[in-house]
Amino acid sequence: MQPKTDAKICGMGHSMRRKEDPRLIRGQGHYVDDIQLPGMLYMDIVRSPFAHAKIKSIRTEAALKVPGVLAVITGETLAKYNLHWMPTLSADTQMVLPVEKVMYQSQEVAAVIATDRYAAADGVDAVEVDYEQLPVTVDPFKSLAPGAPVLRTDKKDKKDNLAFHWEAGNRAATDKVFAEAEVVVKQDLYVPRIHVASIETCGCVADFNAAEGKLTVYMTTQAPHAVRTVFALVAGHVGLSEERIRIVSPDIGGGFGGKVPVYPGYVIAVAASVVIGKPVKWIEDRMENLQADSFARDYHMRTELAAKKDGTMLALRIKTVADHGYTNASANPSKFPAGLFSICTGSYDLKQAFCEVDAAYTNKPPGGVAYRCSFRVTEAVHAIERITDVLAQELKMDPAALRMKNFIQPGQFPYKSVLGWEYDSGNYPAALQLAMDKMGYAALRKEQAEKRARGELMGIGICSFTEIVGAGPSKDFDILGLKMFDSAEIRVHPTGKAIARLGTKSQGQGHETTYAQIVAEELGIPASDVQVEEGDTDTAPYGLGTYASRSTPTSGAACAMAARRLREKARKIAAHLLEVSEEDLVWEPGKFSVKGAPQKSKTIQEVVFAAYTNYPKGMEPGFEASSYYDPPNLTFPFGSYICVVDIDRGTGAVKVRRFLAVDDCGNIINPMIVDGQIHGGLTQGLAPALFEEMTYDEAGNNQAGSFMDYLLPTAMETPHWETDKTVTPCPHHPLGAKGVGESATVGAPPAIANAVVDALAHLGVRNIDIPITPEKVWKILHEKGVAE
Amino acid sequence: MSAHKIELTVNGTARTAEVESRLLLVHLLREVFRLTGTHIGCDTTHCGACTVLLDGKPVKSCTVLAVQASGRQVMTVEGLEQAGKLHPIQEGFTEKHGLQCGYCTPGMMMTGFALLARNRKPTEQEIREAISGNLCRCTGYVNIVKAVQHAAERLQQGA
Repeated sequence: MQPKTDAKICGMGHSMRRKEDPRLIRGQGHYVDDIQLPGMLYMDIVRSPFAHAKIKSIRTEAALKVPGVLAVITGETLAKYNLHWMPTLSADTQMVLPVEKVMYQSQEVAAVIATDRYAAADGVDAVEVDYEQLPVTVDPFKSLAPGAPVLRTDKKDKKDNLAFHWEAGNRAATDKVFAEAEVVVKQDLYVPRIHVASIETCGCVADFNAAEGKLTVYMTTQAPHAVRTVFALVAGHVGLSEERIRIVSPDIGGGFGGKVPVYPGYVIAVAASVVIGKPVKWIEDRMENLQADSFARDYHMRTELAAKKDGTMLALRIKTVADHGYTNASANPSKFPAGLFSICTGSYDLKQAFCEVDAAYTNKPPGGVAYRCSFRVTEAVHAIERITDVLAQELKMDPAALRMKNFIQPGQFPYKSVLGWEYDSGNYPAALQLAMDKMGYAALRKEQAEKRARGELMGIGICSFTEIVGAGPSKDFDILGLKMFDSAEIRVHPTGKAIARLGTKSQGQGHETTYAQIVAEELGIPASDVQVEEGDTDTAPYGLGTYASRSTPTSGAACAMAARRLREKARKIAAHLLEVSEEDLVWEPGKFSVKGAPQKSKTIQEVVFAAYTNYPKGMEPGFEASSYYDPPNLTFPFGSYICVVDIDRGTGAVKVRRFLAVDDCGNIINPMIVDGQIHGGLTQGLAPALFEEMTYDEAGNNQAGSFMDYLLPTAMETPHWETDKTVTPCPHHPLGAKGVGESATVGAPPAIANAVVDALAHLGVRNIDIPITPEKVWKILHEKGVAE
Repeated sequence: MSAHKIELTVNGTARTAEVESRLLLVHLLREVFRLTGTHIGCDTTHCGACTVLLDGKPVKSCTVLAVQASGRQVMTVEGLEQAGKLHPIQEGFTEKHGLQCGYCTPGMMMTGFALLARNRKPTEQEIREAISGNLCRCTGYVNIVKAVQHAAERLQQGA
């Protein structure tokens, strides 16, 4: 797309260098652990070594004798204020600190407050806790089996371990299609429990000012406004009403969904600051982060696809068992306990589908947050894209041809899916064709055949995904009742320079740059003259925050709408200054001129100055506007990915030789940033495909609780990503944009898994669950007698 | 806990401090000297967010004791810019979009700086090997490699 503005204005379509970089490359970012307030105390947390145990006693005397230790906070302390339990974002309940029992390994048991972080750690070592171990449930299938011990004994009358049941689609109609279908394929698929592991862990500095009765919390949160409201709901009864709470989300070192929930540590630090009257800092270490913070995924999906012999796909059926840990702490919109899983019909024109989820409580940490994925879309895409390949294998069809045959066609948009979504726009065949042409698909297949003849293992995998982001329209989307609109406020100063404040919060996505470019696009004020601020609830307009690829679809739209309101005001002022009627004015970015007399013009800067100095009679002075944008629909980015892998027959290691991502996220604001988002997303797709999994032994011991065991891809494992794009604008977004942050995380895992299975398909392999570790492949190579 | 008086040079400036035996270098830099550009990302010497140069060599300052730095030269991200002029490695990161959240960036840049000091023309593979002890969760590394390549070119041009 050719930019409408020149490089000086730098509106949409320019790869503007990021405005956040100058401070970050100098080591002058403001992350939460950089904050040091006068008199600040440090908090550290005692955690449970057991996955399920009764707390018989907590002895704090020795800890209190440690030099520097000032206090030890337990569940009993919080119970006095009725703060020992809190609601989760899914309206379940979660312990802040336990009074009776712990429910997972590394659960918070007590907190030590001390004068420095070393003393706090000493204090943690000195707290003595007596536990009585209880039977542990780690397997969600066993947890849901009749007669399993009930875990949530705190819930009166709870007789089983079902957290919730959810379903979508027409069960009977789907069953009928399956019963009559010529071909049915069925595959159990597991998408493992993983952890976002942002390089910055979570933490906060809670600062209660007793004289003002005001609480300021600097914290690693992707949703500061929602957190303020949650704090007010939880602690209103002890005097913390919402106008007395200020949440400041400073620079965030990566979020990916893991910084949406309110973790117990934040709440304990707040309680400590309120009680002690001094600022309290809590920063978790990496092991706490991996072992206790929210996980993602953990979906066991029995996936079935019905088709005709010619490859026409007819119906999809998925039965999922989801492991939710000890509480349902998913950060999902309340109507959608299984998130947007019902996007599982994907890019295909299916006439029937039915999916259901049974969510189980187990003795594992709570969560079900995203891992750079909008509400369970990764699981859904994994199911449809893997089962499509299983069908191709069954029918001996080329997986690209099978996809082309079943795609929703460009002329069918807006497309109503059988599970109820209205896809906004798309051109799926174009994206896949571009990917195939660019990769030389036919030549790759030829190479594969030759290699296969020589006994070499090479695979080609395709994924043609459809995303669903930008939550969301108020009729369906809320979290704890808060509608999922988002906001922008633009204030232009007399000299034509501006500040824009948004309800979202960047964690590295480059909002300070892209929002400035939106203002530049709409008002013609150079993006370099627009300062962008987010994350301070005292100054920014209310919004639900940044996750689920929603910033561009919601706050980005709000930003454009607010700017357009200002442009209308500018038109009135320009007409007044040029003494013509508004209809006689022509707008080009940065300037109004008179129709037929282009030498008569006023720049946006002259107009803004007049808004403060020489505005028309009857008009309010000043130049600012805001917008709270309630999107009319979600957006549906899509793409086609092709991956080529080589398998080492000696070690079982998978090498991603090439990976091309063709993405379509509608109109693009900053191409450089979009490419960066795709690179990062691909790497977070590669991670669970080949490396990452959070596992537990039978006793509930976490087996991947540090970077020794939980393997993040380094530069050595990560391929040189190739990207390309098609552009299908969003018809309902004011800028035609769709959002892009998570597309690649959603699309990459099945592309990689499909490639590995494709490499082994001639040996009769139909599926390998991710992460596809060398060990798994090595075993298969030995079983099939092809190991080297 | 015994205390030690240490003397060291940080970014060219002589500094002294009274430290406990167990104080980590990263905490000395961040909390005593208030040089907060060096970050902490893990406890097991894996992530490299805390990378600084000790006598010119990259070390992970979360597993170096402050007393071990006594009498030595420490360089942190704050020492890269000289007289208001960015170092080419800093320029490379912004020019090639080699950073997103910025948290791993100081450690990445210090590792890149040390690589270019010993190898003026690294290949892509050599760059990837050099930064393989520094984890990035945002960028997918492609643009970090380009950032280091950009810096190498600029240094060859005499920047």
